Amino acid sequence: MSSDNAASTPYLIRGATLPDGTRTDLVLADGRIAEIGSGLSRAGASVVDAAGLIALPGLVDLHTHLREPGGEQSETILSGSQAAAVGGFTSVFAMANTSPVQDTAGVVDQVLALGEQAGYVTVQPIGAVTVGLAGERLAELGAMATSRARVRVFSDDGFCVSDPLLMRRALEYVKAFDGVVAQHSQEPRLTEKAQMNEGALSSELGMVGWPAVAEESIIARDVLLAEHVGSRLHVCHVSTAGSVDVIRWAKARGIQVTAEATPHHLMLTEDLVVGYDARFKVNPPLRRREDVEALRAGLADGTIDIVATDHAPHPIEAKDCEWDAAANGMVGLESALSVVHASVIDTGLLDWNDIARVLSSTPARIGRLAGQGQGLLVGGPAELTLYDPAASRVFGRGSLAGKSANSPYLEMTLPGRVQATFHRGYATVLDGALRPAAEIAAQGVRTHG
Amino acid sequence: MRHLLSTKGMSRDEAILLLDIAEDMADVANREVKKLPTLRGKTVVNLFFEDSTRTRISFEAAAKRLSADVINFSAKGSSVSKGESLKDTAQTLAAMGADGVVIRHPASGAPHVLAESGWIDAGIINAGDGTHEHPTQALLDAFTIRRRLHRGAARGKGLDGVTVTIVGDVLHSRVARSNLWLLTTLGAHVTFIAPPTLLPMDMSGWPAEAGFDLDAAIDAGPDVVMMLRIQQERMNAAFFPNSREYSRRWGLDDERFGRLAPTTIVMHPGPMNRGLEISSAAADSAGSTVREQVANGVSVRMAALYLLLSGDREDS
Ligand SMILES: [Zn+2]
Repeated sequence: MSSDNAASTPYLIRGATLPDGTRTDLVLADGRIAEIGSGLSRAGASVVDAAGLIALPGLVDLHTHLREPGGEQSETILSGSQAAAVGGFTSVFAMANTSPVQDTAGVVDQVLALGEQAGYVTVQPIGAVTVGLAGERLAELGAMATSRARVRVFSDDGFCVSDPLLMRRALEYVKAFDGVVAQHSQEPRLTEKAQMNEGALSSELGMVGWPAVAEESIIARDVLLAEHVGSRLHVCHVSTAGSVDVIRWAKARGIQVTAEATPHHLMLTEDLVVGYDARFKVNPPLRRREDVEALRAGLADGTIDIVATDHAPHPIEAKDCEWDAAANGMVGLESALSVVHASVIDTGLLDWNDIARVLSSTPARIGRLAGQGQGLLVGGPAELTLYDPAASRVFGRGSLAGKSANSPYLEMTLPGRVQATFHRGYATVLDGALRPAAEIAAQGVRTHG
Repeated sequence: MRHLLSTKGMSRDEAILLLDIAEDMADVANREVKKLPTLRGKTVVNLFFEDSTRTRISFEAAAKRLSADVINFSAKGSSVSKGESLKDTAQTLAAMGADGVVIRHPASGAPHVLAESGWIDAGIINAGDGTHEHPTQALLDAFTIRRRLHRGAARGKGLDGVTVTIVGDVLHSRVARSNLWLLTTLGAHVTFIAPPTLLPMDMSGWPAEAGFDLDAAIDAGPDVVMMLRIQQERMNAAFFPNSREYSRRWGLDDERFGRLAPTTIVMHPGPMNRGLEISSAAADSAGSTVREQVANGVSVRMAALYLLLSGDREDS
């Protein structure tokens, strides 16, 4: 173990800028934020010069695909945790579409344990809504809720719970433990063989379209069901302007609905499909410029509650092929903060306080996750990231820390850079570099007891 | 010309050059010896991921008349359907020394991917990709119209002012898309007629008119009526109720055919469903170009292979 990141080593972070713009020092000790103020000192502390860096509460991703168990050729819980740390995250919610599916207490507890062993971030498993994601009968939601993993978010992500009765029952049932159903809103009949956004471009390319109405009609149905049974609904990766309108209407009506947008839907548009580069193939698909603008406006006015990455690693062969044969999905953890920075900070729609809200406190609250998303408070958990907003970089393969390279941002210039990430008081990223796995695993063992 | 992937983006000069070379090739077909030595020693692979005997034999005849060696690679039912990727297949063909690859594939953009990937350094001809494009079909259609209108004096000419009405399953038709771009580039005016379910969702970017009323389109007196093949299974997906209703509203039946001017050119890319989208009287009429289209297909494909593969491709 390196001496500057040892178990008992406190950190003195000097001259960081808080999300509200004030400059301060912070002391991290024993997994907590021990002090916040100017001119702090601490005997024996490692000093981190944070001049010009923004201190954000550790980022929380409500929508990550870690692929383990079953998909270890594209990502593992360790490699995905490393990608998360490099992106400034201190917690990720691991989607249920693993193999075996996370539809039992045994599997979610295994994922939880592997996350603790890796030690880079809190890995909070999501439970499947239905057995095997098959959309036929409910998985053991209660068993997962009372397992060690304390599952509160349930999702068949990748598959829409399209059966209205099953969706109603799931929404009702999770009320027993304050759970939430996170819906991948995609009417299956309206999207059979769909390859890209339905519109002028799909018409020209002769590709089967994925119409906006296939998303919007499910969201409309689900918010009405949530209202009817008085339950919490979370809408995954909202992608269309019409969806933003439906959710805005539902919120005005008092329905308990929350919604997420991905960084890629906040930045990229469907015209990237023209070159048939399958890195741009994702589900829901990239949409029109008007949709991107509506998502940004929705995030700014609170209709969209959070940003979540939908980090979806794939091996090379799943993307190095013709468009129809390619897998859906993009990796997104490492680039998320920079893409959000470019999309909504540089355009003046959100400030850094808003970023702390949409990428930390609100996702933690939706997922009922303890120890995360509590902001930067004395006595609070030492979960934070230091971000250099003045940096600019060409995003490349070397910017990725996970196993897969299916990033749509390769060769693009993105603003900002994560300089350091602290989880449970220890550094997972320092000086812009990931700390070694053995060092972090030892910290994980120590802090999890 | 390095590849022939689409008619969208093809310039008027490029299109006319290719059609003029096709005229030369058609002259060869009338000679006693129909074979040219132009592509001797070159290898052309017909890589078909979908069955299409008509298109494949047309390309095969074209390549053989230019003295190329032809390899037919039917990817259906081969290792490809067992999971071998387009990449592996392309690298296999590259290792075999293919100079040209004629690809038919169910995915939009597969020829583009093949051309851009670096997996193979061959000239690529798109012989139909999904419901995207089928450029040699549009070229042979344009060639056929131009010959009908200008007879022996077709060389150098476009299709300026020619009105073309294309009828049928535009949504699923790569022929319709390739014709849209090529015919308008050559100066023709294109109108699409179809049931609303079989028109693409958003045609705002298309330089064409669209409508649902075949009778009005007939009475407008187009120079060319092109009937597209309708696949009977579309009715199972609720695109239209049944073939009888389709035929009644959108078929070129004897009555509608009788209302066309005798000079109207009647086209069909084949194979035809006689009695469904086109009546036998219309298909076999003097105005019909159905058999010419087949013959012209060979000439146009010879021209395409010639442009891609003769001499030093990098310079052409
Ligand atoms: Zn999803």
